[in-house]
Amino acid sequence: MMLHSALAIAAVAVSSTAVATFPRSVLAFLAFQGAVLFVYLARVSRWLRVGLLGLALLVLMPLIGAYNGYYLEVATQVGIFVALALGLNIVVGLAGLLDLGYVAFFAVGAYAWAIPGSPQGNEIFGGGFPLPPSMFYLFLLVGLLVAAGAGILLGLPVLRLHGDYLAIVTLGFGEVIRVLANNLDKPINFTNGPKGITPIGRPPAPFGLPYGEYFYFLVLLIVAVVIVVNRRLEDSHIGRAWEAIREDEVAAQAMGVPLVRAKLLAFACGASFAGVMGVVFSAKQLFINPESFTFLESIGVLSMVILGGMGSIPGAVLGAMAVTVLNLQVLKGFSLWLNELKNAGVTILGFNLADLPTQFEPAKYERMIFGIILVLMMIFRPQGILPARRRQRELR
Amino acid sequence: MRNSITRSVVGVLVVLALAAVPAGAPIAQGKGTIKIASQSPLSGGQAALGEGIKLGAQLAVEKFKGPLEKMGFKVEFVPYDDQAKPDVGVSNSKNIIADKDILAIIGHLNSGVAIPSSEVYKEVSLAMISPANTNPTVTDRKYTNVNRVCGRDDVQGVVGSEFAKSLNAKTVYVIHDKTPYGQGVAEFFRDDAKKKGLNVLGFEGTEEKSNFDPIITPIRARNPDLIYFGGIYDQGAPFFKQAREKGVKSKFMGPDGMDSSDLAKIAGKNVVGMYYTSAAGPASALPKAKQFVEDFKKKFGKNPEPYAAEAYDAATVALKAIEAAAKGGKAPSREDVAVAVRKVKLSGITGDIEFDAKGDRKKALYFVLQVDSDDPQKWGDNKIVKQLAIAPPSASKN
Amino acid sequence: MDLPLLLGILPQVLLDGLILGFMYALIALGYTMVYGVLEFINFAHSEIFIVGAFVGVEIMLGLKGAGMLDRLPWPLVLVLVLLAGMAASGLLAVTVERVAYRPLRHAPRLIPLISAIGISFFLQDAIRLFESLWRNAFNLVYPTMDVLNVRFELTQTIDVSVKSLVVIVAALAMLGVLHVLVNRTKIGTAIRAVAEDQAAASLMGINVNRIISLTFLIGGAMGGAAGVLFGVQYGLINPYTGFIPGLKAFTAAVLGGIGNIPGAMLGGLVLGLLEALAASYLSLLTGGAFGAEYKDIFAFSVLIVILIFRPKGLLGEVIRGRA
Repeated sequence: MMLHSALAIAAVAVSSTAVATFPRSVLAFLAFQGAVLFVYLARVSRWLRVGLLGLALLVLMPLIGAYNGYYLEVATQVGIFVALALGLNIVVGLAGLLDLGYVAFFAVGAYAWAIPGSPQGNEIFGGGFPLPPSMFYLFLLVGLLVAAGAGILLGLPVLRLHGDYLAIVTLGFGEVIRVLANNLDKPINFTNGPKGITPIGRPPAPFGLPYGEYFYFLVLLIVAVVIVVNRRLEDSHIGRAWEAIREDEVAAQAMGVPLVRAKLLAFACGASFAGVMGVVFSAKQLFINPESFTFLESIGVLSMVILGGMGSIPGAVLGAMAVTVLNLQVLKGFSLWLNELKNAGVTILGFNLADLPTQFEPAKYERMIFGIILVLMMIFRPQGILPARRRQRELR
Repeated sequence: MRNSITRSVVGVLVVLALAAVPAGAPIAQGKGTIKIASQSPLSGGQAALGEGIKLGAQLAVEKFKGPLEKMGFKVEFVPYDDQAKPDVGVSNSKNIIADKDILAIIGHLNSGVAIPSSEVYKEVSLAMISPANTNPTVTDRKYTNVNRVCGRDDVQGVVGSEFAKSLNAKTVYVIHDKTPYGQGVAEFFRDDAKKKGLNVLGFEGTEEKSNFDPIITPIRARNPDLIYFGGIYDQGAPFFKQAREKGVKSKFMGPDGMDSSDLAKIAGKNVVGMYYTSAAGPASALPKAKQFVEDFKKKFGKNPEPYAAEAYDAATVALKAIEAAAKGGKAPSREDVAVAVRKVKLSGITGDIEFDAKGDRKKALYFVLQVDSDDPQKWGDNKIVKQLAIAPPSASKN
Repeated sequence: MDLPLLLGILPQVLLDGLILGFMYALIALGYTMVYGVLEFINFAHSEIFIVGAFVGVEIMLGLKGAGMLDRLPWPLVLVLVLLAGMAASGLLAVTVERVAYRPLRHAPRLIPLISAIGISFFLQDAIRLFESLWRNAFNLVYPTMDVLNVRFELTQTIDVSVKSLVVIVAALAMLGVLHVLVNRTKIGTAIRAVAEDQAAASLMGINVNRIISLTFLIGGAMGGAAGVLFGVQYGLINPYTGFIPGLKAFTAAVLGGIGNIPGAMLGGLVLGLLEALAASYLSLLTGGAFGAEYKDIFAFSVLIVILIFRPKGLLGEVIRGRA
């Protein structure tokens, strides 16, 4: 325990100084994230863990952001996807309902704020928009409700379906939402089609914080709430009902679990998290268009849940972190680093890297690497990196 | 117990090692490095065009970095991949502005990515010169650091419709590819065509990339005089090919997304005689462009894509601006570069470049070209059928 | 509403839909056969389909480069290309099964699904990498063989090109062969046995692993053939082209009843017709309010409606007997 504590403190300290000294080094930032993860996993006293995590997330991270705003952006994106992964975790991990179109709820939430929060609303209602930006906070709730409604809407026709039929219908639903977003610019211009909606209003940042920091803290706060809600749901009556449905629907029904209500509730709950994050996303980006809500995103979130460990909250968090960081940082950083080497004329074994054909740009092959990782993970560690306890015993 | 200790020790050692490695990584640049960045999609469906932008800019940087190097600077080109996604573009932008050596950015391909990313560049007045963003909103916001060397959709669509009228077309059918670019220019074409009295028989959008048969059938039945396809050659070519093969006799027209030798390669004879508008003249008309095509082929082994030439000019503008702003061996600030960019007067391979108060080209020369032969190698010999010098909508229009 | 116009184009639209439908049917067969024996969605099938198309285009480009394309009789070229595409896709499918699915055969359902998605992503970029290195381009065009583009005008408003006929004939031939294979041969019986009850089949002396590999081979070959026909018919392919048709074909398989081979054929045809009808008529019928861009979700919506009323698909499921 003492060793772990010492190591944990050392890791956090060293990595954060590394980031401060080399603000543009991807590896330093990765080391910092690794340190945070280590603190979470290590066997240290609860106070130390909470203290270090709090220090890292609340103090060090924003400071790092001051050195390089990009990292704050990465952290915020990670936060958004953590919430999404947790939401999908309810649907897929707890209730066992395979949803391949989850990003639709994210889109619904995003447009729920984008339309009233920008001049787009005038196209529909003739005037009075955009709403004052401080209404954003109210719309967090509105986004939640609208997305939950969409979840129920999706849930109703699929109640009788199971397994792979459910998968294909949810996939279709995801596509339907995207195509609607892309095409509802006539006869009435709801979504402005592929051109997207801009500018979207942002609430005034309290304490005069710069927006990078403001959104980071907001996302952190929402993620914390989502985690707490998730924990409570997991241990509750309905949570156990979901797990029963996942394991064996017929038996669950025989034991008195109200199938319809439980399934609809699962969809609604999962969707609501995505809805809230959608609202935050559109305010943060200032601009949304249907291209952010494709099938690839749904699969991305699903992979986060599976990679991290289905049904496991720390797993979902880790999965989201891993995948987002992989996509945003690791591959791009590798690509940039390779590029710098090329520019510097570095040679490996007499082969000048500048002559490397342009086809070998690593950033281009994100999909391939992502795919390989998925396959390898599934073959060698299907329970995910941080599996839920019960799962672990099942799959070992 | 021992197991977990070993594991955790190893874990922490890895963390510390990673933190130490940066010391070796070549990220600390010496004083006197100037970087020009590009952002375009290098992966995914539009990678071919994004790659073209990157390569065009790269060629220009390599060709024209001489004067800056003589001043004692090291000049580097840093390409970024925005994957045609706004979120990726925005996070890349944040990374770009954190690198103090980057003084100009050439990008993007997609207006949907350029608009939010430019909000980030604006924070530090990083000069953005766009080779391909034709959506009017990009410069209509009047940011002092945003410029473009390409045309605007609201002008290009009008040019197309004017020319259609001059061909005595009475009925037109408009198709687009449901991207901000394609739909944007198609809408401008349609609106202007209606104003000029042409009968717009239909306005359809499709994301379809291969199978256009069901869309072509009603068009064929209606038999318009002209079909306008707002989109890029990789969709336009199969469309035109299948349309001709199904017996559609209408004339074809498209915007500058069609300006690529691959259009002839994919559609062959079916597009000979087709018209397209562009703000960049063909290589045959501008001798510098011809040189560019040869240089490009020599270095990268293929013909330049659409927008590669614009990217080349954009990067040249950036270099010239940095040269002008660099006083006495000190690297200029980003604000200085942005101001200098607006003052640049360059005779580039796409024509004469000078920016107005919004960042549009002062007098964009618009060409209407006609495809001459189905041989992709002869793309540069396409005839100029009409040439118009049109000033972009003035800054007062918003 | 211009009724003569609407009715006039109907035969052509139906014909186009039929051609599209045959292609979907061929791809759907791959999905349905694999699902029949393993109860598993082979997400990577869309890439197996497009690999066939790529192999086909490479051979044709090779022939063209050697100047042989015009000199050889076109049926020979077509058959050659089809067989090559089928072989390549079939073998790829078998390899993928061996490498990525077999180790996961007893894992809970989601795990091999994610693995399949991973393979799908991997293949997309792998094809791209290969083609960029080999040809410095990955948007490839099928060389035209002029004879295939000859059109016959049947009536004033409907015409059919030779290549459309080729597609229909080839598809029918393959469906016929498959039908005979599955229903009249010993191997077919073995496949059906494994689909019905793996344990019992192995007790009866059937080498289950081999049959499964064979199923992937056949399904993959069908997909590869569809890929070649797709390339011939529509001309332009790239590594990401496979995704959408693959998705739709899977929808078609579910529509017809997953695991059910005639169901996949029916589902494919129905989906193709629906899509063509939607693409051509939506805009005409709604006066431009809703156009061809809705054709995809039109198909999905129909799927949802059918599944609500017939949850097992049009022809019902044929998979391992559930208690």
